[in-house]
Amino acid sequence: MSWVLENYDMLGVALVEHLVLVATALAISLAIALPLGIWTARRPALYVATMLATGVLYTIPALALFALLIPLMGLGKTPAITALVLYSLLILVRNVAIGIREIPGELIEAADGMGYGPWRRLLRIELPLALPVIVAGVRITAVTQISVATVAAYINAGGLGDIIFQGITQDFTTKIVVGALLTSLLAIAADESLKGVERRLRAATSERI
Amino acid sequence: MPSGVLAWLAENRSAVETAASQHLALSLTALAAAILISLPLALLLVRWQRLAGTTIAAVNVLRTIPSLALLVVTLPLLGTGFLPAVVALTLYGLPAILINAYTALSEVDPDVIEAGRGQGMTDRQVMRRIKIPLGLPVVFAGIRTAAVQVVSAATLAAFIGGGGLGELIAAGMGTFNMPQLVVGGLAVAALAVATELGFALLEWSVRRRIMERAA
Repeated sequence: MSWVLENYDMLGVALVEHLVLVATALAISLAIALPLGIWTARRPALYVATMLATGVLYTIPALALFALLIPLMGLGKTPAITALVLYSLLILVRNVAIGIREIPGELIEAADGMGYGPWRRLLRIELPLALPVIVAGVRITAVTQISVATVAAYINAGGLGDIIFQGITQDFTTKIVVGALLTSLLAIAADESLKGVERRLRAATSERI
Repeated sequence: MPSGVLAWLAENRSAVETAASQHLALSLTALAAAILISLPLALLLVRWQRLAGTTIAAVNVLRTIPSLALLVVTLPLLGTGFLPAVVALTLYGLPAILINAYTALSEVDPDVIEAGRGQGMTDRQVMRRIKIPLGLPVVFAGIRTAAVQVVSAATLAAFIGGGGLGELIAAGMGTFNMPQLVVGGLAVAALAVATELGFALLEWSVRRRIMERAA
């Protein structure tokens, strides 16, 4: 416990590094998955193809993906963020597409009847109504990325995993336990807070329909 | 680069085979243990609904814990080696099986259960002849998810001396040996994808057999 108090600055830096890593990856993931999900939502063949390709990526274990990215990108944050983004695509694209597809047909027809163009329909009707499902995807993705980012410390990406790996090489139990505890708490906190957002959005959306 | 990979593989075939068989032993032991704990526990929870809420909530938290964190906390408790890795991997595979099994058994169509009771079935018969067969595909889906998760997390067992294919990657990182990294990465990736496909096929055949029997 005293070790934690003496080293809170180091732990703080690792925590911030971890958060920056995940936030960057999440932002890039959304920038790719949103258009891809919107595009494939009502194109079944393309959707299946996207699910197969991103499904294979999702299945590859984190450490294996890092090992395969090192010859291409070396060590550090770039291969780490790339791997985090590749992992997120399956769930994010799927949830964006499902969210849009599950909107009742009458609502889409009503929007068309009111003279909404495809862009206006997307921004005013489809995306707002799909938001709870999209946030559910963001929640799962954030938890996965927090977990994978822990392993990314192994390829010098920094973050909380660094504390764990230092503990292993120095044979220093406190570091291992504190590192493991902090990553677990971070994952649980992200899960719970995004669950709250999801619940509020669902309530708000069902009121609007 | 590709020729380097093949040359390394040719020279180190036995090391790769040893690592792969360790990986399979770790994963299979953990998966079997997770199944043996989860399925009876799911039956118990269906019977004692009062326990179910808290247990499922606890298991949901367990599910959120990063795989590396779960593996390394066994170090101070159980030391290094095969056993602590199996214990951690069992805990890692447990949530998917338990939650799916519990959901499958507790969400069977009440009309079907009512029909069974109408034919004079006892609680035990309802469980054996209705809930378990109808829930089986969902139970299987949970086992498939757990199998892929366990095979994947078993890669990290190398960090706590548990062996497996992760050791090839760790050794490759240590000496910055690119061919070794690529062989390790590809072997792990192939094993994970094969697990997913194998279990998907198994799940599909179980589903088909149940459909046939129902028809």
